[in-house]
Parts: sequence; C-alpha cells; structure tokens
Amino acid sequence: MIKVNRKGEVWVFIEQHEGKLEDIGLELLGRARTLGNELGVEVGAVLVGDNVKSMAEKICHYGADKVYVLENPLLGHYQTNSYSKAIYDLIHKYEPQIMIFGASACGRDLAPRVASAAKAGLTADCTDLCIGDHEVKKTNTVHKKLLLQIRPAFGGNIIATIINYDRWPQMATVREGVMPMPELQADRKGKIIVEQVHIGNDELPLEILNEHKREKKVNLKASRIIVAGGAGVGSKENFRFIWDLANALGASPGATRAAVDLGFIDRDHQVGQTGTTVRPSLYIAVGISGAIQHQAGMCESQKIIAINNDPDAPIFNVAHYKIVGDLNTVVPTMIKSIKARV
Amino acid sequence: MTPKTGNLQNKTANPNGLVLKPLNKEVKLAYNCVVLIKQVPDTKKITGEAMNDDGTVNRGALPAIFNPEDLNALELALDIKDQYGGAVTVITMGLPSASDILRQSLYRGADEAILVTDRRCAASDTLATSYILSAAVKKLDYDIVLCGRQAIDGDTAQVGPQLAEKLGIPQVTYVEELLSLDGESMTARRNIGNGWQEVRCEMPLLVTVIDEANEPRVASARKLMKNKNALTPVEVEVSARQGNPDASAEKIAELVKRKTQELQENGLLIKQWDLDDIEADLTWCGRDGSPTKVHRIQSVVLSAKDSKFVEPTEQGVADMIHELISDKTIS
Repeated sequence: MIKVNRKGEVWVFIEQHEGKLEDIGLELLGRARTLGNELGVEVGAVLVGDNVKSMAEKICHYGADKVYVLENPLLGHYQTNSYSKAIYDLIHKYEPQIMIFGASACGRDLAPRVASAAKAGLTADCTDLCIGDHEVKKTNTVHKKLLLQIRPAFGGNIIATIINYDRWPQMATVREGVMPMPELQADRKGKIIVEQVHIGNDELPLEILNEHKREKKVNLKASRIIVAGGAGVGSKENFRFIWDLANALGASPGATRAAVDLGFIDRDHQVGQTGTTVRPSLYIAVGISGAIQHQAGMCESQKIIAINNDPDAPIFNVAHYKIVGDLNTVVPTMIKSIKARV
Repeated sequence: MTPKTGNLQNKTANPNGLVLKPLNKEVKLAYNCVVLIKQVPDTKKITGEAMNDDGTVNRGALPAIFNPEDLNALELALDIKDQYGGAVTVITMGLPSASDILRQSLYRGADEAILVTDRRCAASDTLATSYILSAAVKKLDYDIVLCGRQAIDGDTAQVGPQLAEKLGIPQVTYVEELLSLDGESMTARRNIGNGWQEVRCEMPLLVTVIDEANEPRVASARKLMKNKNALTPVEVEVSARQGNPDASAEKIAELVKRKTQELQENGLLIKQWDLDDIEADLTWCGRDGSPTKVHRIQSVVLSAKDSKFVEPTEQGVADMIHELISDKTIS
C-alpha cells in the first residue's frame, strides 16, 4: 500500500491483445482526463506487453500525458502473475493516487490481484467515477477530493458510492461501454517512459496450450439504433419482428437476458448488466418488462421507445415514447411507417 | 483421510478415460479440494418490501441461499473427488446461520465443513474477506482451492483472485471445464468472454468456476439423512438455551458439553473457527482491514425526462416516426 498523496497521477491500465488496443482502455482515458484535470495532476497510461512501444503514441492521442511502457518478451502473453507483478512494482515506484482498469475478463482477473498485493481498496464494475469530498462524522474529518466510485449493487437494485481514504491507490474497475470514447486528437503529444521489468519463472505459472478468440456477431456498442426484444416477444419465430424492424432502420438487434436464455437469439446480442452496456441514439424496447439489470445497460440511450402490452411495465419509467399495445400489430405498423417515410 | 498417493490401477478406472503418463515415482492420485462458499440474499427476489425507506436493502426480508456459482465450484470439487479420490472441505465465512449452506454441502458429498464466524469479521470488504479466508485455508492441507466466480449480492468477482494472491498461489479464473489432473498440474479451459483458453498450471492453485461449468448435483438422500443433525457449536448452545429456558448457566453448560461430545463422536459436529483459531492479524480484518468504505447508498429510480404516450395506431406511430426523422434520430 502507498500513502495518501495529492501529487500522484491518475492511471489507466491499457488493455492490448497481440498488438491491438482494446476499446475499454481508451474509453477510460476520457474519464481519467476529467479526473486528472479536476485534481490538477497528469494522466498516466500503463501499457504492458512485448514490443508494444509503438502503440504508445496513439494512447497519447486519446488523452494520456504519459505512457509507462512495461516491455519484456515474457510479457507477450497475458498472465495474471507476471502482469500484476509488473504493475505492482510500477505503483510502488511512482505512487499514483488513482488507478482504473476495465471490467473486462482480463481486468477483473488482474485488478484484484494487484489490489491485494498493494493492500489497496478496489471497487468492481463501476458505472461512474467522479471527484468529491467525504465527511467522517465520528471523527469530524473531511477527506477532500476523493475518487467517488459509483456502482450498482444487490443485483442492480441499489447504487452504492464507494470511497477509500486511508490506503491508496484508489482503485476501480469500470464496465465496458459506460464511458464514451474520447475524441482522437492526432496532434496531442505525451511522454513515453520505458520501464525495466524483471520477470522470473515464478511469475509465469501458466502454460497456455490453446486459445480461441471469436468475433462477436454484432457490435452493439457501435450501433446508432438498437431494436431489442424481451421475453414478451414470445418465441424465436416471433423474434423476426425484431430483426425486421432492425433491418428497416439499419439497426442492430438486441435482447434481454430472458430472451437469450429462452433461446430467441444469440448471447452476443444481450444488453444489460451481464451483457453489453449501450448508449445509442435510439433504443427500441419491444416486449421488455424492464428489469433493473436490463435498464442498467440501456438507460443512457438518448431516446427510448418502449412497446409493451402491460401499462405497468417498469420499462415505461425510462421510455420517452410509451406505446401500450400488442407488439404483433405495433411493430408491423412501425415498419410500414418507416418504409413510407424514408 | 484418503491417502494422498495411490497406484496406477485406480487411475485406469477413471471414467473420463484420461491417460496418465507412466511415471516411475509414486504418482499422486488423490487431491484435497477446499471450496469457499457464501450464503447470499436472493437478489433475484427483491421486491418493494425488501427495500428500506432510505433506499438500502433489508437483507432480512430476502431468502438466504447458497451462492449459485459456489454450487458450481462445489460440484467441480466433488467431481474431482469422484474421479480421482481425495477429500472435499467447504469453508464459509459469515453469520452462524450460514451453517445452512455447510449442511447443504455435506448432503451433496463434502467430507468436512468449517464455519468461520466472528463479530470482528463484520464490515469486511473483499480485501479483508480474502485475508480472513486465506488465514483459514492456510490451516488446511490443499491442492486445489475453488470458489464461484462471483457472488450475486456484490457481483465483484474479487475475492477469488485476492485470496489466491494472499495464499501466494496462481489463479485460474472463469473455469468452464476441467480437462485433466496429472498429479502435479491441472489442465482446464477458461471462458475469456470473447473466446476460450486452455491452460495448464501447477498445483497448488486456485480456480474460480462459472455457471456454465456443470450442473450441480442435488442432495443425496442417504447423505441428507446422515448429516441433517450436523450442528455447529454455536447452534448447539442456542438450541440448549431455547430448549431449556429456565435452566441455570451450569445446567446449560453441562447440556452443551454432552451434546457437543455426542455430535463429535458421530462425526456431526461442524467445525467452527473464530479469528483467534485461524491466527488472523486483526489489523487486516473487519472494518479496520477494509480500505473501501461506503460513501452513499441510493435506490435506483430511473426515469425519462420528456416522455409521452403514443397511441398504438397508424397515425400515432407515424407521428412518432416523423418526429424522430425530423430531429435526426432516424436518418
């Protein structure tokens, strides 16, 4: 653990696989920039791998003031122990006040290991991060400018704001897609700092025998319009209404967990707390009751249309356009209307 | 306890048909598995009644259940025992009432159950929890430590990796299939979200298990009959007091002693450890050991700012589409 300090930087772990930057790290740089500005400190990006230095410049274009490059041929494949050792050593050397990771499969495997070694606090799956003060009434002390780590808890039924004021760095993982990708500024420059990393055999306990990556069937995060269906759609056959409406709009089809579990559509299309978090221009919720876990993944959409035959469905609370009616007639009417206009 | 070594004959009976490389030295064929389990409120059953006025959740109003992915972890451990031999020990840290899930583990085939309970554990965050669990696990002889990927009350998935770090052993997270154990190492398939990865790792190690890994078995009637009266020392004491409200302290102590002895003789006394038993350093436990603190809790009230009803008619829908085209939501 490191001491509470006001000069420490705001750090982001930059995820890369085989020389390709993952979106999540760049998304986080946008927020780190805001946090750094508010605290008056620099934003550092932590890039780990083998022969990755060439990516550092691009990372500066997304808002980093510095890129710490941790390079070693033994870091070519991600392993929890080697990566956490490299990051832990870096934390001890530079004492950042904040470090954030993506809540991806890799980030959720790595961040707790680093936090445990650093004996620091870690908040999982944040949906928002900002700076604020915290008052401890018992001792009448105010801790100023802490990282407020905001996350859903209890299956999404409550929103908890977590802080840590006595053992730093303040660490958090952040869900993919909840923070907008910052704009690329090609003229932005930063400092590139190459660090020596010592990796021993102890830090490489895994033998990776085989790996298979697959592309997702749909990129919901990049979709301007999403037409999503829930259990209320009724059947896989009926789900063609979702596909048809999506086609008419040039949109991507989405679904609730219930619809996925019922086999209406592939899991890649799932929106919500355990699926993808989306913020499209238009979200059309068809036959979706609106469980809080689903709402958490789509409530930031700019416009929401909800179609449901139950006027009490919670989805109507977040909808801008509420259509109480039978989807079997409303959806074809919409398709007809769109085709007539466009 | 099952011997930790065996001969190759046992191995050929393995239903998976995995072939073990011939070795001259004695090959270890039985594995000690320690499974960390948690009792959680069933967050899927949250209704208005379970919410307090200040937006916090009234845990007492929700049914307490065996954390779902911990059941998958237990199943994987029992599977290892069925195939290779060895013993399965389950540990939970929690309130005395968490002994329910320990009994449920015994009904399914766990050999030993341990309750870690202590008031000084209260308010532990994931870091303090993993420290306390590590102190308990260190008291045991283990080859594989198993946990569910995450618990449904917090969904953090942090305790597994943090526990592995505290134990100083490697972690293999998101295990969806165990491929083989060869005496020294484990080969498993991990689900890495956008694909899978097969890894080999030397033991001892920690795995976190996902719900796709298996279908947890149900309780065996025979094991249920055998273990349904298994109790923790704290339960023995509570039942002695409740059964004899007018008895003196000496009398209660006598009853407790007799009952405890009887349970012990029948192998029905669930082990109970406090922080002293596991020699935990209190600096790292409970509130003091927890760097994360709650700043604020809010209930979730999401609502759209400008909302209107649209008639489910051709005109209503057409007007809406027109509006969305004119504000360029639909291009």
